[in-house]
Amino acid sequence: MTIDLRRIALAVIAPLLAIVFSLVVTALVLVATGDPVWSTAKAVLDYGTKPNVLALTLNQGTVYYLSALAVAIGFRMNLFNIGVDGQYRLAAFTAAVVGSSISLPKPLHILVIVVTAMLVGAMWAGIAALLKATRGVSEVISTIMLNAIATTLIAYLLRKVKYDVAGSNNIGTKPIDESGAFPGIDLVPGTDVKVFGFIFVAIIAGILYTVVLGRTRFGFDLRATGRSQSAAVASGVDVKRMVVYSLLISGAVAGLVGMPQLLGGSTRSYSLDFPTGLGFTGIAIALLGRNNAIGMALSALLFSFLDSSSIILDFNGISKEIVLIMQGTIVLSVVVVYELVRRYGVAAEQRRVSRQLADEQPATPTEVPA
Amino acid sequence: MSATRPISRKVPVIATTSAPPPVTAQTDAAVELRGITKRFPGVVANRDINFVVRRGQVHAVVGENGAGKSTLMKILYGMQRPDEGSISVDGKEVSFHTPGDAIDAGIGMVHQHFMLADNLTVLENVVLGSEPTKAGMLDFGTARQRIKEISDAYGLDVSPDPLVEDLGVGDRQRVEILKVLYRGAKVLILDEPTAVLVPQEVDELFDNLRELKKEGLTVIFISHKLDEVLAVADEITVIRRGTTVATVEPAGVTARQLAELMVGSELPTPETRESTVTDQMVLEGKGLTVRSVEGRALIEDLSFRIHRGEVLGIAGVEGNGQAELVEAIMGMRPLAAGTIGLLGEDLSTWPTRRRREHGIGYIPEDRHRHGMLLESPLWENRILGHQTEAPNVKGPWIDRSGARKDTQRIIDQYDVRTPGIDVLASSLSGGNQQKLIVGREMSGEPKVLIASHPTRGVDVGAQAAIWDHIRAARRLGLAVLLISADLDELIGLSDSIKVILRGRFVADVDPSDVTPEALGSAMTGAGGATS
Repeated sequence: MTIDLRRIALAVIAPLLAIVFSLVVTALVLVATGDPVWSTAKAVLDYGTKPNVLALTLNQGTVYYLSALAVAIGFRMNLFNIGVDGQYRLAAFTAAVVGSSISLPKPLHILVIVVTAMLVGAMWAGIAALLKATRGVSEVISTIMLNAIATTLIAYLLRKVKYDVAGSNNIGTKPIDESGAFPGIDLVPGTDVKVFGFIFVAIIAGILYTVVLGRTRFGFDLRATGRSQSAAVASGVDVKRMVVYSLLISGAVAGLVGMPQLLGGSTRSYSLDFPTGLGFTGIAIALLGRNNAIGMALSALLFSFLDSSSIILDFNGISKEIVLIMQGTIVLSVVVVYELVRRYGVAAEQRRVSRQLADEQPATPTEVPA
Repeated sequence: MSATRPISRKVPVIATTSAPPPVTAQTDAAVELRGITKRFPGVVANRDINFVVRRGQVHAVVGENGAGKSTLMKILYGMQRPDEGSISVDGKEVSFHTPGDAIDAGIGMVHQHFMLADNLTVLENVVLGSEPTKAGMLDFGTARQRIKEISDAYGLDVSPDPLVEDLGVGDRQRVEILKVLYRGAKVLILDEPTAVLVPQEVDELFDNLRELKKEGLTVIFISHKLDEVLAVADEITVIRRGTTVATVEPAGVTARQLAELMVGSELPTPETRESTVTDQMVLEGKGLTVRSVEGRALIEDLSFRIHRGEVLGIAGVEGNGQAELVEAIMGMRPLAAGTIGLLGEDLSTWPTRRRREHGIGYIPEDRHRHGMLLESPLWENRILGHQTEAPNVKGPWIDRSGARKDTQRIIDQYDVRTPGIDVLASSLSGGNQQKLIVGREMSGEPKVLIASHPTRGVDVGAQAAIWDHIRAARRLGLAVLLISADLDELIGLSDSIKVILRGRFVADVDPSDVTPEALGSAMTGAGGATS
């Protein structure tokens, strides 16, 4: 019991340290540029807690969370799926094209679109998986390449299916029928801004993630491979197969990342201004949240809070990019702090165990009378 | 049993540990270790180590794997700090906090695995970390000059300009030696330097060592190859179970006597001569061949049969194909030829998991790499390797309570010293980790146990307990393939022994009438084994 408490304490202290450190760095940057620290912080907090901004924070957090989940599935197996970005964009684009070209009753229409997105995401990640399993190509390299390919592929295909957005020179896919809309909900009182209904899908995904990884054989194999590939092989895990499975699942979850916006947004189409870069934010959030379902949820909300509340800074004459500095510092310090805390934790437990054993066994521990 | 019965053989011992060596030679002592003790969680790696290394000599430190040689050398090189005891260099007591301190005191280390950057030249490798500068710029001219001087002075024949990746193993080793000399070392520690060399290179190395000695340098030579030690050392200190048991002169001992000192005569030799072998064959290998990526045969045409209740021992110097044989049986390495049968079924094409599910238990040679998840709790380590078997799982679900309960059972039955089942595996001592692995692999009534060094790193009491467990399981019909560097263990437990040399079985030995010495010479290919 005490061991668990210790571990939980360590797990909580580490990200807090990283966040405090990044707050200090951010404050120093503000001081260095001659901006007021307190009033800036107050402006962000005041604006960020307005009901409509809170709703936006939840919406953005939903998207970030799904992205972090996708990344974390790879992380738990020591796979670095940098390709979530390309996977979700290609998935959202394809799903938008498929969704707008069919007409189905409501729940079915949504289901077809979501399943399409997951399949495309999985397929795009599957290319990297196959390359890794058959040819040993590093998934880091191949997913970066696949991101670039996805960008060009979408640009090319978007011209083929283009549908001019009325009143602008933006182009996009044909809007999906009303039957494909994922209903929003009035979750935050005092504002008209609806929260993506997809937030519940994200929550369910988080629960599934925890259950599958923590409680199933498959999850055990996956975690064992991440902890020690050689021990996993000796225990009978088919590592190549696990690489393929975990990247496929990671890609399928990545396929969900674009869905809240596509199905819950106002246009229901994939256009040139569809959000990009979510996959990279997901990496940062997965790192900060330590691949833990709840930790990542809190991290996703922190990042989206900073994003949506920083808009006020431009009005106060402070560049809102200060938030990027803060997010970047969090990620950098998190990597360092976690490694330090991990080593400390292992060493502390070794000391504690040997102390406890020494108390039980006052004689020298080596020579045990048989 | 008593762990420290005096050595009964007639060996001209210069000094034993109980009485520190005579201090008459104080003046020419280059390094002196007194009462060095080092504890790790739950285990004492070094206990009361005493010996003196005289200046201008090659001093060998011999002992079995796991006897504590490497810990001792890490202490001497400043990588670990002793809990007790003192180190003196040139008569002055020193205290090393980092390898840098040791280097400053004139001690250098040539590691078993070379620490060289392949894509740099010899010159660049030698100066790496202590680059000479002139007015802030790298000064390779001076460095090149010094490398030439050192190379000539000690007959190392190292030229500064080739890329390290173009050098052979022997050349690389000389670069390592030169690197250490370049930093001003007067005492060189060579950790298992011959492990990577072919015989001719070993001879060259020994010539180099004699040259170093002639120039007044001191060499500490770590090894477990006794004939080499006898050929090159001026004095030999034997380490057994973490402590120095004797320091001897090579002229007065034979390899056999050294081996006895290393292994000790107090081992609880498991004499179980009442045979439990049946005629029901359990595991059969036929013509097993495994090739390296380059196509070289690592094991070739190995055939064996193990029956119910039989222990087949494999004797051999490490690195002669034992690991490959085990990994081939476990399905971790593909077979180039041959078949493996389990109770009449051909399992040659089965994946590892299916083999384990069909009752093959596996105690791996390297428990950290293949046997444990060090940063997972003990109960998760109970599941490892048995992810598809009761009591660990129910259908696709992990059965937490079942696995936890069974972990507690293993801890009780196998005397694993731990405060609980939730501690990380890395918190346990090596011996306790090993007991957990043995307990796990003996669970669920395996039909075959593939045991590589099952008692390596385990204390004497636990060793006897593990032997008892293996013997009891054998009585109930377990078939065991036993690989061990501990010849007493091998002879005591096995019903039959095969000797492996360069990937082939070269002799069959009857353990009931063979001595460790005869087995040892069969292992080196010297013959003399009965069949």
